[in-house]
Amino acid sequence: MNMLTPVCAVSILLSSGAYAATIAMEDQSQIKTPAAVDHGTVYFQPPLQSELPDNAYGKMVLDGYALFVDTKRQAPKFVGNGLNCTNCHLDQGRMANSAPLWGAYPMYPAYRKKNDKVNTFAERLQGCFQFSMNGGTPPAADSREITALSTYAYWLSTKAPTGVELPGRGYPDVPEPSGGYNLARGAAVYQAQCAICHGDNGQGQKVGEDYVMPPLWGKDSYNWGAGMHRINTAASFIKHNMPLGKANSLSDEQAWDVAAYVNTHERPQDPRLVEGSVEKTRVKFHANDGVNAYGQTIDGVLIGQGVK
Amino acid sequence: MIPLKPTLLSSVMLLAFTNVQAQPSPNLYLQGGAQPGATACVACHGADGMGLAPAGFPRLAGISADYLSKQLHDFQSGKRVSPVMQPLAKSLTDQEITAVTTAIAAMPAPEVPAINRSSMPASLGEKLALRGAWDRQIPECVSCHGPGGVGVGSAFPPLANQPAMYLTAQLNAWRDGSRHNDPNDLMGHIAKAMTEDEIKAVAEYFANVGHKEVTP
Repeated sequence: MNMLTPVCAVSILLSSGAYAATIAMEDQSQIKTPAAVDHGTVYFQPPLQSELPDNAYGKMVLDGYALFVDTKRQAPKFVGNGLNCTNCHLDQGRMANSAPLWGAYPMYPAYRKKNDKVNTFAERLQGCFQFSMNGGTPPAADSREITALSTYAYWLSTKAPTGVELPGRGYPDVPEPSGGYNLARGAAVYQAQCAICHGDNGQGQKVGEDYVMPPLWGKDSYNWGAGMHRINTAASFIKHNMPLGKANSLSDEQAWDVAAYVNTHERPQDPRLVEGSVEKTRVKFHANDGVNAYGQTIDGVLIGQGVK
Repeated sequence: MIPLKPTLLSSVMLLAFTNVQAQPSPNLYLQGGAQPGATACVACHGADGMGLAPAGFPRLAGISADYLSKQLHDFQSGKRVSPVMQPLAKSLTDQEITAVTTAIAAMPAPEVPAINRSSMPASLGEKLALRGAWDRQIPECVSCHGPGGVGVGSAFPPLANQPAMYLTAQLNAWRDGSRHNDPNDLMGHIAKAMTEDEIKAVAEYFANVGHKEVTP
């Protein structure tokens, strides 16, 4: 943990409050995801709510469920943007190929190379809050939020084997097209397929104070430390899950193009920012983290400067 | 028929001498358009714009002007089919469509309880609304139409307080392909995956959602 000290010092200097957080987890690297599976694969079936016992455990599961689908309103202290867990984990964390909780929970504790330590599931959830939810200091490991979400994930994993990579876990890899990706083509895909829900400028759509369709970039979206900032991860998510209800309707190339388009837009800064330097942060955290645009210069503009 | 003449005249004068684009014109809603066949909306959609549930005439009050305008233009072009609305829409000028949809959007919308996804569904209709049926790629209705089906932006109209008969008819029309004026087939493919029982249940749910007690 001593390697965190410089980051914390800089964070305090920035004095923005949001960045003066203890960094619970340095990396957002994933346990490796399996290759895409054939259609017709039989996936793990999580239990039904009707099977839930009416006791303290059942109530905790339902509290975790509520947090999962309505995170911003249920845990406002820990959500610094406009997102809910279920925006990236469809069907309340139940759906195969949408990073289902039953695919994640049984894989922890797990060693993660980048922070060179064994991470518990609670630490993994804290990472979600800190990066995907841009939430500053995440809830404590024994907080109501982490306990309820862990209990919900455990319940969804009922009868799943531990330490086994189940089909449908994560977002199965969609290989980068041989011709690479193209931002102009991505912009066209975005306007044709995504803008109707997520807005012309990625801003999402609200009813009153609450987002209904999540913002994809800008101050209310996931930050530069979130796993979704990787173009490969976003491409896999999009291919298997978007447009909502029309999974697998985009080609691999379209998924990569539009993922690159989305993930070359500004978003909140990586909370692990090293000495205020995008370049140092790129070298330390992004250089070997899949395919991503952080710290690169595109059309003369440095990507990764962050927005507040 | 409602007597048209005095207001008709004033509408024509307004159209002739001022740019009505930005001027809400309740007269069009109450008195109809200038051309023959442009029947007053009020006759079927009610003085408060809340529709006529027993006949399946939809609520219009408070609905996005862009959404309504698209529907009227789609009725004109035949992209959306309705024996009643098609000839009527064809009798409206573009300026009249802008004026009347602006006026309708400004009519007070009914209160819709903000039933969010964290609510526990108590019926089949509510389950579809809040949880969808993802084994068939059916998303939660509220994930596009907003909490309680209040409507989102100009592409996702309110479902709340629409007559069950109207919602059922539309879902069936999406399902059999006779309605297909949605962007990217977003609604069509969902309706095609729904069963008759589900359509009936979800239509009943949203028709009555405004009368439901909110559990905080």
